[in-house]
Amino acid sequence: MTVTGRASGGSRPFAGTGRLLRLALRLDRLALALWLLTFVVLAAGVAAALDEYYPLEADRAQFAERARLTPAVLALTGPAVGLERAGGLLAWRIGALCVVLAGLMSIFTLVRHTRVEEETGRLDLVRSTPVGRLAPPAAALLVTAGANAALALALAATLVASGLPAGGSLVFGAAVGAGGLFFAAVAAVTAQLFTSARAAKAMATLLLGLAFLLRAIGDASNPTGAGLSWASPIGWAQRTGAFVHVRWWLFGLLFAAAGALLAVAFVLLVRRDVGSGVLAARLGRERASPRLASVSALGARLHRGGLATWTAGYAVAGAALGAVAHSVADLVSDNPAVRDMLARFGGGTQLVDAYLVAMFNLFGLAAAGYAVAAVWRIRAEEVAGRAEPLLATATGRTRFAASHLWFAFAGPALPLMAVGLATGITHGLRTGDVAGQTGRLLAAALVLLAGVWVFAGLATAAVGLAPRGFLAVWVALVACLLIGQLGPTLRLSQWIMDLSPYTHLPRLPGGESTPTPLVALPAVAVALTAAGLVGLRRRDLQPS
Amino acid sequence: MPDAIALRGLRKSFGQTVALDGLDLTVATGEVHGFLGPNGAGKSTAIRILLGLLRADGGEARLLGGDPWRDAVALHRRLAYVPGDVVLWPTLSGGEVIDLLSRLRGGLDRRRRDELLERFALDPRRRAGTYSKGNRQKVALVAALAADAELLVLDEPTAGLDPLMDSVFRDCVREVALAGRTVLLSSHVLSEVEALCDRVTIIRSGVAVESGTLRDLRHLRRTVVAAELAGPPGARFTPPPGVHDLAVEPSPDGADGVLLTCEVDQPGLAGLLRALADLDVRALTTRPPTLEELFLRHYDASPNGQARPAPAR
Repeated sequence: MTVTGRASGGSRPFAGTGRLLRLALRLDRLALALWLLTFVVLAAGVAAALDEYYPLEADRAQFAERARLTPAVLALTGPAVGLERAGGLLAWRIGALCVVLAGLMSIFTLVRHTRVEEETGRLDLVRSTPVGRLAPPAAALLVTAGANAALALALAATLVASGLPAGGSLVFGAAVGAGGLFFAAVAAVTAQLFTSARAAKAMATLLLGLAFLLRAIGDASNPTGAGLSWASPIGWAQRTGAFVHVRWWLFGLLFAAAGALLAVAFVLLVRRDVGSGVLAARLGRERASPRLASVSALGARLHRGGLATWTAGYAVAGAALGAVAHSVADLVSDNPAVRDMLARFGGGTQLVDAYLVAMFNLFGLAAAGYAVAAVWRIRAEEVAGRAEPLLATATGRTRFAASHLWFAFAGPALPLMAVGLATGITHGLRTGDVAGQTGRLLAAALVLLAGVWVFAGLATAAVGLAPRGFLAVWVALVACLLIGQLGPTLRLSQWIMDLSPYTHLPRLPGGESTPTPLVALPAVAVALTAAGLVGLRRRDLQPS
Repeated sequence: MPDAIALRGLRKSFGQTVALDGLDLTVATGEVHGFLGPNGAGKSTAIRILLGLLRADGGEARLLGGDPWRDAVALHRRLAYVPGDVVLWPTLSGGEVIDLLSRLRGGLDRRRRDELLERFALDPRRRAGTYSKGNRQKVALVAALAADAELLVLDEPTAGLDPLMDSVFRDCVREVALAGRTVLLSSHVLSEVEALCDRVTIIRSGVAVESGTLRDLRHLRRTVVAAELAGPPGARFTPPPGVHDLAVEPSPDGADGVLLTCEVDQPGLAGLLRALADLDVRALTTRPPTLEELFLRHYDASPNGQARPAPAR
């Protein structure tokens, strides 16, 4: 046998990139397809809605006039430029949201193929085969960049199919893709800094949030956008001017910034050892605190950070919602079609309340997402092999499951309370009735728990009875989201609407409150949970 | 005193795959019992049934006088377990994991914990996510050994340990045995089991193929002999009784000599050495057979279902 080590090692740092890229695509094909589908559904849905409610240039011009005078709305969307054109209005409405979503997709994908591989030790295995030193990061970057390119094309195709001009559609798609690529580069750097994938993702996501905040403040202070917005890469992507006046140089700026970050990541990468980070991991406690003495204490330890983040996020979002709710009602008050749609959403006659009902419904669905993820931890611990040493101690399966179920059922109350209180306070400040608004919005938020519990129960049933079919729970949640969001616009038949537990909830604030669903939905949740726990006690532990 | 572990005709299948096909295993109270078998033989499945993590399809299982499935929680207060593949919570420190697992079992001896940390040279402050495989294994070992458990169930506990830590582990198991506690040690390393265990059960394809004391299993303890000769042994060389699988091949290093290999039972060893003394031996190595060789020779475990006789000349 001839020794060929020299040829396959240092002199060909990218050897094997193609094979690793195919592996990454194989591993991610479902996740990336779902991401793309999310963008397509979002863009098509909003385009259809805007077409229905603002069909004429005059409608849009009137809307634009009001939007320019509403800083709180501009903070959530972007600069009010070119809104009288159909494409401009759509780009304004979903542009920032799309860049944030593309950023999240890029961060998760890039970290999954870099730091996660390294943390789990799979990279050692890959690097022991004849692949070049730079092949794994190159494949990770290529798959993320490819996802953003596919996203750009899918968005553009969706907009063209919705009847918008092809040129503007392509520019819009490219802007979102370029924004996503920028945050892939951010994640490439954070993946070098931290040894834990969780920390790398958290830091990159924090920077994404900061970029959104900068442009929110900038856009709110000046309707055509200036100042701080120019410090935010999300602001750059929004200002590329799809459908209005294209600024090509901003694409150059985005790509140059991404390139600079990738260069930094490269320098950090080649200077460190596999498995290490630029920032050393902090040491932990030598002994467990006396409180860490039960499986529920462990559950609290595992869930508390996530729950605190959700609660803080809900408080910020609630404060923003309360600040804009009044203006949003004003903004659409002349448009009968929108009034009609919101009334169907909210079921009430008060436009502000109807808007709040629609938004709270979203918070309720997202809280159900938290609950489903919390229940999934039962299964995740089982799959990871961490449930086994716990269950080999004097810990029964019900108590082990309860350590997570406690957070799935009671946990969502915290973010929901936060959103109710925060919305109540800011909305109350604008309407001059803090005590009254806080009370009714807190009640409106807590009523949503009934819907959250049904999903927590469904997830528990899945873990106990059909652990390999857990994905169906997420599908059900997305289906309920679509039913709730598109149902009133598409005028779906009532039996489809009734499939979602959220359809049955009282439409608070403002709507009538009946006790029946508030008894029936928790009863369903309890029955599902009990069935799941019985299943979990009876079945084998299945690590896969 | 009742047996610590008694499995009779235990069966378990996963879909089409039969993992246990009527397994018998008896571990007497106070003994160190080796549970030996190649990868995939069903060792971990049997242990998971003993821990109440899996439910047996058939047969009988008793653990510390109770039913491992029904009485799992009560029984687990009296045992400690080290899994073969230790996975920990990445954000907890090693010390926190040790304390948590011990408390869940019902308390720990702090002095013993600190002493074990020292002996295994483990830094308890590091977060579990930054530990190597061997260090994660040490965390589970310290948590189990610091516990005051009647029974230790150890599933291939030394897979990630270096030789130094391996010897620390052996000392610890000997101390546990002296204290009168029961140990079930699953392994695929024959020498480890030989060094530690009073009795051994050998499992293959979900069935126990041998069970007894090490003396009972003496017939397994052949010696593998390889002798490098200057030339072919010729007609004068007649292999004495007790020699098996004799093979003579051209020397693998390309020299003009030949390589003679065989296995020999303990009673035949002296005779073989005498026979070799008459030949022009350039080099001689002897070693105990590996577990894989044992299985190939004795239990017909080669992939095609046939023992593979070495080509003899």
